[in-house]
Amino acid sequence: MYNETTHDGEGAHSDHDHHGPAKGLMRWVTTTNHKDIGTLYLWLSFTMLLYGGSMAMVIRLELFQPGLQWVEPHFFNQMTTMHGLVMVFGAIMPAFVGLANWLIPMMIGAPDMALPRMNNWSFWILPFAFTMLASTTLMESGAPAFGWTFYAPLSTTFAPDSTDFFIFAVHLMGISSVMGAINVIATILNMRAPGMTLMKMPLFVWTWLITAYLLIAVMPVLAGAVTMMLTDRHFGTSFFDAAGGGDPVMFQHIFWFFGHPEVYIMILPAFGVISAIIPTFARKPLFGYSSMVYATASIAILSFMVWAHHMFTTGMPVAGELYFMYATILISVPTGVKVFNWVTTMWKGSMTFETPMLWALGFIVMFTIGGLSGLMLGVAPVDTQYHDTYFVVAHFHYVLVTGALYSIIAAFYYWVPKWTGHMYDERLGKIHFWWSTIAVNVLFFPQHFLGLAGMPRRIPDYSLQFAEFNMISSIGGFAFGLAQVFFLYIVIKTIKGGEKATDRVWEGATGLEFEHLSSPPPYHSFNEAPPVK
Amino acid sequence: MIFNKLSRRFSVVVMGLMAMLSVPVAQAEYQLNMTEGVTPISHELYGLHMLVFWICVAIAVIVFGVMAYSIMHHRKSKGAVPANFHESTTVEIIWTVAPLLILIGIAIPATATLLDLEDAKTNADITLQVTGIQWKWKYTFVDEDVSFISSLAQTSRDVIKEPTGNENYLLEVDNELVLPVGKKIRFLFHSNDVIHAWWVPALGVKQDSIPGFINDSWATIEKPGIYRGQCAELCGKDHGFMPIVVNAVSEPEYNAWLAGMKAEAAAAASSADREWSMQDLLARGETVYQANCSACHGPTGAGIPGAFPAMTGSPVVTGAAAGHVDIVVNGKAGTAMAAFKNQLNDVDIAAVITFERNSFGNSVGDTVQPSTIKNAR
Repeated sequence: MYNETTHDGEGAHSDHDHHGPAKGLMRWVTTTNHKDIGTLYLWLSFTMLLYGGSMAMVIRLELFQPGLQWVEPHFFNQMTTMHGLVMVFGAIMPAFVGLANWLIPMMIGAPDMALPRMNNWSFWILPFAFTMLASTTLMESGAPAFGWTFYAPLSTTFAPDSTDFFIFAVHLMGISSVMGAINVIATILNMRAPGMTLMKMPLFVWTWLITAYLLIAVMPVLAGAVTMMLTDRHFGTSFFDAAGGGDPVMFQHIFWFFGHPEVYIMILPAFGVISAIIPTFARKPLFGYSSMVYATASIAILSFMVWAHHMFTTGMPVAGELYFMYATILISVPTGVKVFNWVTTMWKGSMTFETPMLWALGFIVMFTIGGLSGLMLGVAPVDTQYHDTYFVVAHFHYVLVTGALYSIIAAFYYWVPKWTGHMYDERLGKIHFWWSTIAVNVLFFPQHFLGLAGMPRRIPDYSLQFAEFNMISSIGGFAFGLAQVFFLYIVIKTIKGGEKATDRVWEGATGLEFEHLSSPPPYHSFNEAPPVK
Repeated sequence: MIFNKLSRRFSVVVMGLMAMLSVPVAQAEYQLNMTEGVTPISHELYGLHMLVFWICVAIAVIVFGVMAYSIMHHRKSKGAVPANFHESTTVEIIWTVAPLLILIGIAIPATATLLDLEDAKTNADITLQVTGIQWKWKYTFVDEDVSFISSLAQTSRDVIKEPTGNENYLLEVDNELVLPVGKKIRFLFHSNDVIHAWWVPALGVKQDSIPGFINDSWATIEKPGIYRGQCAELCGKDHGFMPIVVNAVSEPEYNAWLAGMKAEAAAAASSADREWSMQDLLARGETVYQANCSACHGPTGAGIPGAFPAMTGSPVVTGAAAGHVDIVVNGKAGTAMAAFKNQLNDVDIAAVITFERNSFGNSVGDTVQPSTIKNAR
């Protein structure tokens, strides 16, 4: 038996031949430990979730009823822009990097990440990047107000002065992401325990490996886009300025060549999380493991070939529109395979419904709703009517909130007993789930109707026919926001104490982190490689 | 007071929800689905939308049905014992191929609709150029020498804090676009500044207007009526405040409207040749300023610090008239300041410049005459 399973909790490793964490604040500044860095990422993500969420509250407050009551249009546009940037780059992406840091070494039987010092650096860039981005709100011209997609020339010739801070912040986030991705790839390819072949890796590791390649491929494209913006703004170039021979539509091609794979960067690790949770609570192995791996790879490859489906109203040639329509709807095939595999995993299982399972089931249902509206959006001719309406807003919030965010919350409940050694409060966890799930559907489902009825996105005020559903949506929004403050309470309560978790945590749990490590795991785990069956 | 209003609206919402659960209300002003519209394209789009929608519903019913059955019956609390199957190549192939066939079933009608949608160039009766300008639309009838600007109606601007009484709030304009029914209209879209998108749901037309590009689209309106739409692409501060109103009328009415527009333009041109008094220029200039300049430079001339310069004390406004005329007529390259020679007539430009030089605390004291503007073009 592997020796570390005999340790039980804090202090157990003091008799070990290794040091524990440094004391005080410096532990977090100088740490190279994958668990500490994972924790830092997760807290940053939670902070950004609440920050981005508070801007969503401002948006829903202004949209509560017709007329301009609370904020000016210019400030409203700053809110939608910053909300999108903060949620994408600050809440969802760092959360998955945090989960990768915590879990990948434990799942593959490695002592730590392959490049621990770079790991520290890639985290510590982020607080500075987001401080810089957030500071633009206090500047004279206000924060960037051109949407998180920052289409030129609104983001170049017509942008506020604070745009340069935005550009630098995006550069920093990109550098951090690329370093994180390099680290993930180096760890997975080099540090697996003997016997842990690629096709034995947990799907979370697989999805992250593929995600990391996507990150390395597209973050430099984003960096290129913002650099061209910078030179257009200050150094006399005309990449995106039609008056100087440039091309504003080229900006969109470049942005979405980054942006579409980015969407999958935010959802592939979620697939990995769900593929871990469903088998545990169905007490039955994942159905179609290898097809899951191939489906993930197919989605990743296809994600590079569909970007212009965001641009069906820009006046592309018909041949281009037809190609991007066919390629786009094709993505629903591997995505469907995943959903079918999860449902079949549940079939004839022996299911129980602890909090992580509830969030995972919520993910499958609501992500599928978002996926089906995505299929509708992929059909080019009708997309000309859905495009830039609340139908799109509803779609991407179903895949990003009830998809990506739900998987992150599911992952928290699933692994937090392993991380802290404490069970969360099951009753509170269930309240959190039902509260969030009812609220989020009241929030986003009516937005489908608004979009179909003709409400454009990114408007601070609307005509009277949209009043009822906007008010319903806002009520759902406030309730969902409050539910995540409640989540903060649950998180703190769980860290501080709670029922002692067993090493296995869940009756049906499998994987090295549950089979070979104590709850909580020692500060340094797997100094010797564990046996892999 | 505000709470009374809120609770009134809230009770409307609750009643609406209850009504939705019981019987559909005929008088309801909200709308759940896409409009069927009034053009051949909008009908096709609606049909395709409903086809794909029902396919999605069917898929959802099957997937969620299986899931729900499994959740009900395969639970530990009911004594379910887990099976151990976890692989089947046959099953994987079936659920890869079946969705593919469904997709082909969607792609065929979608391709046909897309080809119709893109058929703007053939047999157009009328060509209409649509120019997006922050934050208004300019319409130019290419073969008729008629051109005008359409922006949000003052009746909407006036009630922005409390719009509940205005039925068409944010969907009404000062100058409606009049089009004849039964004619194929080809729209040509472009932009003076940033990217906008011209969207009228009932026409089935949404197309980006992009600086440096000319996009096209088409519509043949089947029945007379007023059709309203909005800008759909974020274009800056007042993106939410640049509506579109299309008034579809019979051909004789359309021709009469065109004749009226031409007569108006001729009258405006002749008034540019006479000398205007300070008083007349100031009165007209204020209207022009509030409609065209106040969005950026502020209703009181204060601008928006860091983004748009103030009028009060501006070196351009209080300096030599020639410089002031130049920037208004030709715009300023590399900034949001547009060339207003493309938007306003000589009298309006002269009036607004005179107004700016003698208002908001500025008192230069001179007038700028329409003839000066005519020469500056």
